[in-house]
Amino acid sequence: MLLNYSQPLELNKLTSRIDAALHAALPEFWAVVIELVLVGILLIATYALLAVVLIYVERKITAFFQARIGPNRVGKYGIFQTVADVTKILIKEIIHINRIDKFLFYTAPFFIIGASIMAFGAIPFGQGLQAVDFNIGVLYVISVSSLGIIGVLLAGWSSNNKYSMIGAMRSGAQFVSYELSAGIALMTMVVLSGTMQLSTMVESQRYCWNIFNGHLPALVAFIIYLISGHAETNRGPFDLPEAESELTAGYHTEYSGLQFGFFYLAEYLNMFIIASIGATVFLGGWMPLQINGWESFNQLMWFIPSYLWFFGKVAVLIFFSLWVRWSFPRLRIDQLLNLEWKYLLPINLVNLLVMVILVLTGLTLTDIFK
Amino acid sequence: MMIKEIIFYILALVITVFSIMAVSSRRLIRSATYLLFVLLATAGLYLLLDYHYLFAVQIAVYAGGIMVLFIFAILLTQKPGKNITPEPLFQRVMAILLSGTGLIFCGVIIYKNVSKVYHYVESAEIPVKEIGTTLMGTGKYEYILPFEAISIMLLACIVGAIMIARKR
Repeated sequence: MLLNYSQPLELNKLTSRIDAALHAALPEFWAVVIELVLVGILLIATYALLAVVLIYVERKITAFFQARIGPNRVGKYGIFQTVADVTKILIKEIIHINRIDKFLFYTAPFFIIGASIMAFGAIPFGQGLQAVDFNIGVLYVISVSSLGIIGVLLAGWSSNNKYSMIGAMRSGAQFVSYELSAGIALMTMVVLSGTMQLSTMVESQRYCWNIFNGHLPALVAFIIYLISGHAETNRGPFDLPEAESELTAGYHTEYSGLQFGFFYLAEYLNMFIIASIGATVFLGGWMPLQINGWESFNQLMWFIPSYLWFFGKVAVLIFFSLWVRWSFPRLRIDQLLNLEWKYLLPINLVNLLVMVILVLTGLTLTDIFK
Repeated sequence: MMIKEIIFYILALVITVFSIMAVSSRRLIRSATYLLFVLLATAGLYLLLDYHYLFAVQIAVYAGGIMVLFIFAILLTQKPGKNITPEPLFQRVMAILLSGTGLIFCGVIIYKNVSKVYHYVESAEIPVKEIGTTLMGTGKYEYILPFEAISIMLLACIVGAIMIARKR
């Protein structure tokens, strides 16, 4: 009862009111159609808005890491810099290239952005702010995000350019190998929480985040997930698919204007998706900080709306990702594959086994302090 | 119900059109892409049936695994933009006739017999836990033996692949 008054900024009351109003005013069919369209528009708008924010944040943080000032001309602290950049990219000419496979060349960006949006749709942003809540949440995210690599391969091949081709092949090898690690690391946490559904997962972490609940194996899984997630987004020390100094820009060399913008957008949003899945699975998702027994403290924490908690946790993980990106030199392709197949994967498999034993023998933190 | 029907017809159209395009395209990599669209639309059908687990597996295995391998193989063996020389006319006509006969044969059998055996499965989502326990269970209608047999076969495949790929 008290919770009704202590969450003044939550959006779930607003959404349920809109839902009730639509169903009261319209027949079932049209209400559902309108809701589908509304949710779609909202998701895509959030997607674009997040990209704009992320690009600004990245440029600014990168600048601080390199002891520069960063964008500071457009607006106070250069805050409208990315808005200007986006406007520029929207009005740029799309250059048509001869001797490419036209159909595949123009479809490839849609694969990448489509995979990224599909994964984005399943993220629980806050209490009641989840577009689809599958029973198989984690598996769904892993499987749809694997579609993006097809876009990269097609883009590299259809450009009819050797650099693009090499970039695409590298990207393919990298993505296929690191996807395995990310998947198994997430499966380790599925073993711990006993469910794949993202909403149930968040709910079960109310008093104890998964990363503390599974202590040692959970921490190992978290580190492996961060490394492989980082590698999947083709950034940081793993950016050899688009290594500027060797391959001009890798698989998206031949793209221009808005098509290049798609690749750019998807790269930033993939970083966000990796961070938000990490936050949901390991760090309690949108659930505010709750301590068992401290009722008034818990109530106080609920005053901060759940989506702010979510974005806060995601922001920490994104900061980690940028920190790594600007701290380590780029790996060679053989080092990259060695790291995955000879170190991360065996550690990961053993870790999965350790987690199973931990759960079966009741050594998780909640079991110990029950 | 109407929304589901509309989505079903869209998916069916996509599957039919892209299947035909996959076999009639002159470029191998385009064929692979069209096949990918067919597989994705099939995944859409599973989603329509509320069978989310199969939907995710279909996408992860076919789109994420098999199609990536197909495309890799084509990238390594084909030059971009090279067209395949078409088969002689006689063979093409024969292929169309043969597949048409097969379609009619299967279609008639299914059409005549489906009303005898089918019953509507209530479209409730099957929880993953149930699938997992059924796969790993030893009781009646549980599948640990096939599961383990397949895993041994896959292990043999991996060992074989390593043997072939090894330098010496």
